[in-house]
Amino acid sequence: MAINSDVLVIGGGLAGLTSALKAAREGADVRLVSYKQSSLRHASGLVDLLGYTPDGEGPVTDPYAAMGDLHDAHPYKTVGVETVREAMGLFDDVTDYRGDHTDTNALVPTHGGTVKPTARYPTGAAAGLASDDRDVLLVGLESMVDFDAPHAAAHLEAAGVPFDVRGETIRFPGDLQADAKITRYAKLLDTNGEVAVRGRKKGARDALAERVNTVREKEARVGFPAILGDDHTDAVRAALEEKIGADVFEVPMGPPSLPGLRLEDRLFEALDESGASFETGNPVVDFDADGDTIETVYIEKNGAKIPNSADQYVLATGGLVGKGIESDRESVHEPIFDCHIEHGEDRYEWFDGDAFGDHPFASFGVETDETLRPLTASDSVEFENLRAAGSVLGGYDFAAEKSGSGVSIATGYVAGENAAAEAR
Amino acid sequence: MSDAQSPTDFDPVEPNTGEDFEPVDVFPDSNDFDLRPGADSCFKCSVCDTNCPVAEVDDDFPGPKFQGPEQWRLKQTDDDYEIDDSVMSCSNCMRCDNACPSGVPLSQMHNTARGEYVENQMSKTDLEYWRNRILSNYRLSASIASKVPRLATWGMNFGPARWLMEKTMGVTKERDFPDFATQTFREWWAERGGADASRRNAQQRREELGLDRNADKKVAYFHGCYSNYNTVDVAKAMVRVYEHYGYEVVAPEQKCSGTPMFANGMLEDARRHAEVNVSSMSDLVDQGYDAIASCTSCSMALRQEYPELFDIDGIEKVSSNTFEAVEYLRIHEDVKEDVQEAQVSGELAEEFAYHAPCHARNQGLERQSVELFRDLEGAGIEDVGESCSGISGTYGWKEEKYEKSMEIGEEMFDHMEHAEGEVGMTECPTCAMQMEHGTGYEIRHPLELLEAAIVE
Repeated sequence: MAINSDVLVIGGGLAGLTSALKAAREGADVRLVSYKQSSLRHASGLVDLLGYTPDGEGPVTDPYAAMGDLHDAHPYKTVGVETVREAMGLFDDVTDYRGDHTDTNALVPTHGGTVKPTARYPTGAAAGLASDDRDVLLVGLESMVDFDAPHAAAHLEAAGVPFDVRGETIRFPGDLQADAKITRYAKLLDTNGEVAVRGRKKGARDALAERVNTVREKEARVGFPAILGDDHTDAVRAALEEKIGADVFEVPMGPPSLPGLRLEDRLFEALDESGASFETGNPVVDFDADGDTIETVYIEKNGAKIPNSADQYVLATGGLVGKGIESDRESVHEPIFDCHIEHGEDRYEWFDGDAFGDHPFASFGVETDETLRPLTASDSVEFENLRAAGSVLGGYDFAAEKSGSGVSIATGYVAGENAAAEAR
Repeated sequence: MSDAQSPTDFDPVEPNTGEDFEPVDVFPDSNDFDLRPGADSCFKCSVCDTNCPVAEVDDDFPGPKFQGPEQWRLKQTDDDYEIDDSVMSCSNCMRCDNACPSGVPLSQMHNTARGEYVENQMSKTDLEYWRNRILSNYRLSASIASKVPRLATWGMNFGPARWLMEKTMGVTKERDFPDFATQTFREWWAERGGADASRRNAQQRREELGLDRNADKKVAYFHGCYSNYNTVDVAKAMVRVYEHYGYEVVAPEQKCSGTPMFANGMLEDARRHAEVNVSSMSDLVDQGYDAIASCTSCSMALRQEYPELFDIDGIEKVSSNTFEAVEYLRIHEDVKEDVQEAQVSGELAEEFAYHAPCHARNQGLERQSVELFRDLEGAGIEDVGESCSGISGTYGWKEEKYEKSMEIGEEMFDHMEHAEGEVGMTECPTCAMQMEHGTGYEIRHPLELLEAAIVE
């Protein structure tokens, strides 16, 4: 016996979540298993389609238009531009992200003071767009060294943004310890918890707004690092806007990331609503196959191997960073099904001598047929009931192109759709 | 290179450290407490910190990343470095384990650090030490109390006595001690005829199911202290559900799983109990039994904490053959289908507000009950969200932690009150205590609902 489903998705990132969601909406009985909590916790929460071309040109204005020029091995080419649009439609349907009103990339200021071309952004980042010409005040917190507001402001000015931007660093009210966790700030703001200001107890939202008011001049927009609540982020922002008298936005931060966490929550909630099952915390380590059909995969729990069977499987385990692809000194491999990954024999061919050069390893991953089934070295299908989605795919460099989220959503969508169609 | 091994055949032009050189092998092996395992895999992404329910409310708690990998590094650079006392504020919810993308065994590091702190730095004449020791040895108190259950239930909740306990021992007077059952599970089990009766029931049931009368279906039940002394109905439900599927149940000799002891750094106490548990369970595993627990902290201890902390004969075998009770049925039986075809009426025909205990999450079981019961006719189940209940075993019983414990639990209380049902459900007995304390709801265990659904 085993735990059964029609479609089993392995991986809980954007690609796995999208494929599970799509397959469930197509009527399949879906189960998603993920080794660890979703990698979305590490993500900025912005959803990019294509920010730069593979040749490094950009920022790209219209990502859909630019997809036509990509090389044929690129996952966007495999699934087709129209499918990318459909897949983004599913994403828009389950989130309250902004940016769906246009094909054009939005320009979102980052915590480093750069401007990132992105297709979708959380509501909380909306008031901060660099295409808006209202002046900006960036507020940093003494204890949060990841976001140096004056430095980010100077960078933005140097980048040529069409507004004045100023950075101020304040102390978060209540004198939290220097390395307080982002969740500590978020919880205090979510609950408007009490903090002590000069010996008097005050709600955290009010106290923070008061502190900002002492440094704000006439800026119409105020940006904070992304700590403005977890469960009640809209309410936190609204309360601050009212007390400060300006639009308030969040600047996406590096990991761990609250916007990423919120997106993770939202997508798992949508998955729950779709009737799918999911489990996190234990890795898939082994499988049984009958010829080229996968019959059962095994999840390892402290030495016990828990069998999970399905009709169709989706591999969405991530790339080199997410450990869906592993490498040692000899080779690069996909650890669960040992799908073929094309790479140079000599490991000195895997990278470029220049740190910012064109590194072959960045595009390592499985190659697939047009229905996203991984291919062997001789271009035959590895398993007839296995599809791959997201960063485990080869043929693109998401870090350089800023295309990671878009490829995950688009290929996840296609893998989920095909898996559901093939499932009994 | 000091005390590191020398690399062989080292060629600076073509970097090649040789086959034998293991660059991480620079510190000598030691049998002492070692916080090291996995420390080098930590790349400081801090995602563990976003999972820590204590760091979310406690300004003084530096979070799991500090307690684990960072303390280990401090120990390496400073011979006099002592374990930071904040490690005693970790509630051992073990959520950080599930968060780490690099597989750093954070809870293992916290457990060893806490053990070292209690062993070397905590005064054994301190009231706090004894308070923690008494709280973590709940089994002992419960076994005494169960001799006079009614008196104990009354006495433990007698106002003046509780005031005194708070003032002298630091055990919060805000909480109600759980009721003691008038008949323990083991008393019931013995009266019912023990393993022999269970074998007969199972054989009869296998015949009804059209199975081989002598089919090899047998489980060893690790009931834990709580379902023995307090929630006896859970243990009874577990036995009836398993017999319904044709399993023979045995209830071997057992002590506390050690969960409250790990959380209080009482590793020697925990080891004594673990030795008994592993010994009786490993004998049964050899005979073809699987170990089953109805409390998710107990199964967590047998599965993960034992092999991480102790080197006891047979421990790996027990660990890899231990399962949570409903999980085991999901793997081996068509329980999902049976539930879909069933319906409940009467006492358990309720809308349940379900909370997944942290220790169920860590076993990948956080969705199990919701997914199993969502198609059950006559009952409803709603997940009340991912927040920790905040009690974390003994943590919420400590006077100085009580308020933080309630602050952590606030989100769960809030979700419970917004849920449709006014009856709670969870696998964990202390989470149940906190749910009841925060909302006044009655709390049931999934096995009780499963029994009502499928056992006639």
